[in-house]
Amino acid sequence: MTVYVLCFALFLVGVYGVLTKRDLIKIILSTGIMGYSANLFLILFAYKKGAVYPILSKGEEIKAMVDPLPQALVLTSIVIELGITAMLVALAIKLYEKYKTFDITKIRRLSG
Amino acid sequence: MNREGMTLIVRTVTRISVWLIILYGIYIALHGHLTPGGGFAGGVIISLAFLNVTLAYGRKFTSRWLDIGLLGDIEASSASLILALGIMGMAFGGGFLANFLSHGKLFHLVSAGTIPIYNILIGAKVGMALFVVVWTLAITRIGEEEEQ
Amino acid sequence: MILPFFVIIPLLAAFLITLISGKKDNWAIILSILAELSVLVLAVFCYFFKLDDVFVYSMSGWKIPYTICLVQDALSCFMLIVVSTIALVSLIFSVTYIRHLVTSWRYYALFMLLVTGMNGVIVTGDLFNLFVFMEIALFSAYALVSYGRKAEEFEAAFKYAIMGSVSSSLILVGIAITYSYTSSLTMATIAETLKTKPVEVTYWLGGLFLAGFGLKAAMVPFHAWLPDAHSSAPAPISSMLSGVLIKSLGVYTIVRLFFNVFGAPALFGTLLLVFGTLSIIVASFLAIGQWDIKRLLAYSSISQIGFILVGFGVGNFLGILGAIFHLLSHAIFKSLLFYNTGAVEMALGTRDMRQMGDLRKALPVTSFTSMVGSLAIMGMPPFNGFFSKLFIIMALIKAKLYFVAFLVVGGSILTIAYFVKFQRYGFRGDRVIEKDMVKEPISFGMKFSMGFLAVLCLLTSVMLIPGIREAVIDPVINVIANKTGYIQSVLSGR
Repeated sequence: MTVYVLCFALFLVGVYGVLTKRDLIKIILSTGIMGYSANLFLILFAYKKGAVYPILSKGEEIKAMVDPLPQALVLTSIVIELGITAMLVALAIKLYEKYKTFDITKIRRLSG
Repeated sequence: MNREGMTLIVRTVTRISVWLIILYGIYIALHGHLTPGGGFAGGVIISLAFLNVTLAYGRKFTSRWLDIGLLGDIEASSASLILALGIMGMAFGGGFLANFLSHGKLFHLVSAGTIPIYNILIGAKVGMALFVVVWTLAITRIGEEEEQ
Repeated sequence: MILPFFVIIPLLAAFLITLISGKKDNWAIILSILAELSVLVLAVFCYFFKLDDVFVYSMSGWKIPYTICLVQDALSCFMLIVVSTIALVSLIFSVTYIRHLVTSWRYYALFMLLVTGMNGVIVTGDLFNLFVFMEIALFSAYALVSYGRKAEEFEAAFKYAIMGSVSSSLILVGIAITYSYTSSLTMATIAETLKTKPVEVTYWLGGLFLAGFGLKAAMVPFHAWLPDAHSSAPAPISSMLSGVLIKSLGVYTIVRLFFNVFGAPALFGTLLLVFGTLSIIVASFLAIGQWDIKRLLAYSSISQIGFILVGFGVGNFLGILGAIFHLLSHAIFKSLLFYNTGAVEMALGTRDMRQMGDLRKALPVTSFTSMVGSLAIMGMPPFNGFFSKLFIIMALIKAKLYFVAFLVVGGSILTIAYFVKFQRYGFRGDRVIEKDMVKEPISFGMKFSMGFLAVLCLLTSVMLIPGIREAVIDPVINVIANKTGYIQSVLSGR
């Protein structure tokens, strides 16, 4: 149970970072933390005590294995996050080029 | 003397190791159906090899050494080939992306039907795409007010 | 067999566009319009010939609990037609409009990816697959919002991307918990398992999904990103985002999950009512104060999404009919109004209502179609907006929710208020704009797409005539009203 609570705490750290930080790069990192905690949730749910990795090798018997599906899901979601992070970094570079600052409170040409 | 890039030691090590890294990436991608890894992991390793060259030798050398446009074309064509293979699965197998080739023997390199082909194509796609993404970020120079 | 092609065709078009088009965008235009046209033809075919059946397509020939399945029922066919129609018209509109910004094939490749993502979300019957397609659609949406390369657009895209990734993380956590609880990712089997479990679990899962998808649908506590993103994007993209993206990613997924998977417990209906009413009122008041025409339309989108949510929240036949029809009609008239703003921006170089004036001489087609669109969104008979709002209000009265009905009527009166302002200052103002003040002429493609949607504003009212309605809309309503009948139809269709 503690693991899940800690994992949720990690998620909240990400939310806190997105809501309160002013630096663009720190905000991007915070969204990354949120994504990682979601991935960690998936992996934790698949974990079984005493089970081995779900890969069959030559000359081995089939033992109790952890659930392989969430690992595939996590791989997919990591790829998605990589894309999103690259996109965000590119946008941050462009924002710096236009506004000469990384401070989100100074980037306010849109209002209302 | 080219001032871009890193010191002589890093350059020499990179010159030797880059082909080894690419080879390792190809190995991982080819053995995706037998061992941990697969097309995605192999592709990431291949893109890291290119990235090493960019870091050690600088952007100018890399743009001469590699044809970035060609990398983009390889990426798009391998993605289209994946889709074409999926449609072939519809024609010959049970559905989209179906494994329609013979599965072969367990633990042989040529086995598991279409999975190794997908792994190779995904390796090509991911390797090129990741490098192009990082390259696009790297060649953006901050401070130049340019409008394309 | 048709089902995977809704994803394959636009995806293949996106990759081929990057391959074969050089510096020019001619091939990109031809390919993307061809791809979108074929998707539309397929969707119409599915809608009219196989409407009452449910088709399940299993990827790569696996059987249902192990496979990623694609599900085609009346609701998904309906959404596919809406999405492909708006996408096709937007593509026709963008040909000259995008050349006026930046000429590049990248726009069309990204547009095709956007369509891929939306079609995938609509067609899929698998929870994680839905997440992946949603991210594809959102990723291209971030890129397209910043397509004009101005400072404001980068700012809006950054905000949009941050909010999008926060909501995606929430949805991913929801999917993780759902998977651990039901050991399945196929929506039908999830629904089957959840039926036997206590309803409190559904509340927790529903809370996570409501926060996540509510952010995508821009319900009022989660709406902050929408006015920036939708008003900064190029006009055809604004119309895609406001017209179909928030509906397919937000409203459609909420309906699919809450009605078909969770079985629509009464609590969720109440929540949708509350958030919907809040969206209508708050966004209407915010819209009245705007002088930027695109921002006004963006706020109005939030408010109209509120109408749709209220309709689904009531949950009786009339309410769902009104919501479904409002979804269709809002897609049409909001896209039309965004095209109008795009045409005005291209011709006059401004979006500020105070610098616009009487445009009837200079831009006759634009000002006439904007009048049609405004009348439709205000809810004037015989345009489609009138009937959808009427049905929603009638449903509220029938369910004896008089206070909500009062608020919704108030919301539609506020809609009239800000669209009267839109017309009065934007298109029929005091300052007469002559023909020679127009910087760039409006091309035939833009005029055609505006006129086509204006005609549709009137024509779609025909769908409500008894006799046609039973054939066209009732199957869609049955899918939603049947709630977990979805399980039976999917599992027997394996």
